[in-house]
Amino acid sequence: MTRLDRRHFLAGTGFSLLGGQALAAAETVALPFAGGERTLVRASQKRPLILLTSRPPQLETPFAVFNEGLLTPNDAFFVRYHLSGLPDAIDPERFRLAIDGHVETPLSLSLASLKRDFPVTEVIAVNQCSGNSRGFFEPRVGGGQLGNGAMGNARWRGVPLRALLDRAGVRAGARQVAFNGLDVPPADGVPDFVKALDIDHARDGEVLVAWAMNGADLPFLNGYPLRLVVPGHYGTYWVKHLSEINVVDAEFGGYWMKTAYRVPNNACACVAPGTKPDKTRPINRFNVRSFVTSHGEGAQVAAGRVTELRGIAFSGGAGAARVLVSADGGANWSEARLGEDLGRFSFREWRLGLRLAAGRHAIKVRAFTADGETQPLEPRWQPAGYMRNVVETVTLEAS
Amino acid sequence: MRALLLGLGALALSSAALAARPVRYVPLPEAIPAGFAGGDGDVIVRNCTACHSLEYIVTQPRGKGAQFWRDAVTKMITVYKAPIEPAEAEAVSAALAAKFG
Repeated sequence: MTRLDRRHFLAGTGFSLLGGQALAAAETVALPFAGGERTLVRASQKRPLILLTSRPPQLETPFAVFNEGLLTPNDAFFVRYHLSGLPDAIDPERFRLAIDGHVETPLSLSLASLKRDFPVTEVIAVNQCSGNSRGFFEPRVGGGQLGNGAMGNARWRGVPLRALLDRAGVRAGARQVAFNGLDVPPADGVPDFVKALDIDHARDGEVLVAWAMNGADLPFLNGYPLRLVVPGHYGTYWVKHLSEINVVDAEFGGYWMKTAYRVPNNACACVAPGTKPDKTRPINRFNVRSFVTSHGEGAQVAAGRVTELRGIAFSGGAGAARVLVSADGGANWSEARLGEDLGRFSFREWRLGLRLAAGRHAIKVRAFTADGETQPLEPRWQPAGYMRNVVETVTLEAS
Repeated sequence: MRALLLGLGALALSSAALAARPVRYVPLPEAIPAGFAGGDGDVIVRNCTACHSLEYIVTQPRGKGAQFWRDAVTKMITVYKAPIEPAEAEAVSAALAAKFG
């Protein structure tokens, strides 16, 4: 049986075993855009999460999780695969990470060696899908129709990529480093999911090869046993089940760099709605974002009393230096108090108490980085639906 | 002596239990969403489920028109090498546009 046949066969088996009844009993949620009805599913090592697709698995974090704490629990962390050929099982004893290509000494490292023979470090960093919030684009664009839950913040533990590259000895003329994982395409000829970073970025000491998040092994669906952690950069670079680090002496030309995951090559990474960009570049750093997490859309609060608002802010590596909140749709803004600083790649908590008169109030939240980047008041648009970071609005009903 | 052997046995057992075990991928259950049964739906199910589940289709925005779905099918064939014959591709595109356009 070819791989394709096998997958088809498995899919067919699944269909016949699972009737409509099982789905009918599933809990559902409605993301706040047309077509946003979703079921909650419990995958292995996960609490019930919002199902985008089952094969390959794509799961979104219910937004209420972001009010539980600044670190997103492993069992609630979002899941995003591109190709349905996931490995059936990974044996940590037999697993090897290869570091090869344009190096002096190619390496093949066991997990034990990786944990024992190199410096170990930690970073708290947000991972966010490039297409987080795509479902809110207007006009709508094709692709995974996500709400705001394709992001998460975790404490990652691993070895700096720089230490691995230094041990292998990068040869003169190296241009980029390509990263491949154990997941494979469902059929021959489909471009394997391989991503690349420029050599200077790969050697900046911030990029990690991580085996743990929040003090535990990576869940399988978040890349067990190793994933690349690229602080401040979109999740597309955080290659899961990382098994090969390949130094190349040219610009890596794979499909997932050259054709996919590209954004308009201008300052806003945006174009007029409905149009196409003239030039594009690979997506890279997050832009700055902020959210209200304490109250959902349409929440009821007590009029005339102080309502304690709370939320999160983050950026692509410059932290969140200020968060402003408006209770009148953007006419007037108040400075929120910032919580503990867990590092410039982490979620940062903000809080503000507001006394609201009876009626409806459009609460807006806007973050600024130390270097002056902020969120646009009106949404920007691009055809792939990446990098949404408009000022968010939550309507509260005070009575 | 017997106690020693028992002790060694217990030691072997506990180190085996401590040895890391393979971690398995447990695929999510998969079903055909509403809207695919019979008629035009069959050609979609037949051609698309080789590589991915059908939520990929039903979650796409509505009202994007026939060209949106033609482009999607073309991308699946040219980029993702979906083994779909040209005549079948036309039928898939038409069925997608009719059901989800």
